[in-house]
Amino acid sequence: MPVSDDFQKAQRFREAALPYLDDVYTLARYLLRDASDAEDAVQECYLRALKHFDSYRGPAMKPWLFAILRNVCNAEYARRAHSHAAIEDTPGAVDETPMWQENEASPEAEVLRNRDAGAIRKMIDALAEPFKETFVLREINNLSYREIAEAVGAPVGTVMSRLARARAMLRAAWMAEEEHSK
Amino acid sequence: MTCDEAKILLHALLDNELDAGHAREVEAHIATCPACAAELAAQREMRHALAGAKLRYTAPASLRARIEASLPQARPQPSRRSVLRGFAMGSAVSALAASGVVAVVLRQDDQQRILSEVVSAHLRSLQAGHLIDVVSTDQHSVKPWFNGKLDVAPPVIDLTAQGFTLVGGRLDYVDARAIGAVVYKRRQHIINLFVSQTASTEHRPPKTQTMQGFNCRRWGERGLNFWAVSDIGGDELTEFVDKFEAAMKANVEG
Repeated sequence: MPVSDDFQKAQRFREAALPYLDDVYTLARYLLRDASDAEDAVQECYLRALKHFDSYRGPAMKPWLFAILRNVCNAEYARRAHSHAAIEDTPGAVDETPMWQENEASPEAEVLRNRDAGAIRKMIDALAEPFKETFVLREINNLSYREIAEAVGAPVGTVMSRLARARAMLRAAWMAEEEHSK
Repeated sequence: MTCDEAKILLHALLDNELDAGHAREVEAHIATCPACAAELAAQREMRHALAGAKLRYTAPASLRARIEASLPQARPQPSRRSVLRGFAMGSAVSALAASGVVAVVLRQDDQQRILSEVVSAHLRSLQAGHLIDVVSTDQHSVKPWFNGKLDVAPPVIDLTAQGFTLVGGRLDYVDARAIGAVVYKRRQHIINLFVSQTASTEHRPPKTQTMQGFNCRRWGERGLNFWAVSDIGGDELTEFVDKFEAAMKANVEG
């Protein structure tokens, strides 16, 4: 009976997708940098996910939800008509920014440990796309490289170079702020 | 291996994403290259710092409620509940309503569904960070916390002396509505006591059901529906409900 099928589908969807609400919301907050935009995007993401739940065959729920959320956020970017100059996502660009060249090892460990979450969130927010997205998916949402590749629709090699770039930029920002506050 | 390659691959090494062969290559390069070794150490430290910081966000309860509420509406067919509402209002479906059997079957089914939602809510609460919104062993701070968040005032009763420790309260969502959850602990076991409003003020005696390995004891009293859910044994859950009911009765009369 269709009523029961539909109800069961909604129930299955609830159990499969709602446990990841905090993960999806976290990614939305970092991508959109605005609490209420993030809420709207997450709600839209779950509506779309429910709509396509019938055709969902795996692999894993989390990257699938993230992929949907990205589409929603991209539409939001288009709406905002972002004028940020995108940083080139080419392997060559990595060589031009030798931000990891300084060799001294460890007073920075202390610095890092003392950073509060608010300051770290700001630095992550300041990362350019698509590096921020890759970074958040790996470090905060705990996806494997393969799952990130699935969620963002890029080859694993690209994920790896973006992640290396993102971490290098973050560390540079960290050290720069430390210099600044001396 | 060049430094440029190593500086990308060392991240995969950190993330445990390299197969044994590639991991050995990267490690061999790092053993001979102080710059790459320093980079690996620096990135390892940054990861530690990141792991210690609270970088995740928690979705607001209102967002969870909005999404829950949107689920039934996404169904193209009329929901069971709207069919039931039809009965209650004596509307177009009166022909069906004439056959009480259908109504009874649907109602039972509805209760089964709500039971399964209550058990799901219990399960969700056991996942990290979802158990308690207000942490307190003091009933006088848990009870006011619910004010303004619900259309009912859940009775919050400290049963510590009776062997069930009050640990806090939480807002949850069952049947697409906000519902109060009062959380108790018995040894290492969690008991969620869900409380919602009902139109019926008559006393419905407690009944235990089992679902997915959890015991759920539900009853009705003074316009409130109660569900106590836990993985403790049926007899212990019965003891909990008996003590809760006795204390509630004493509160009202005293």
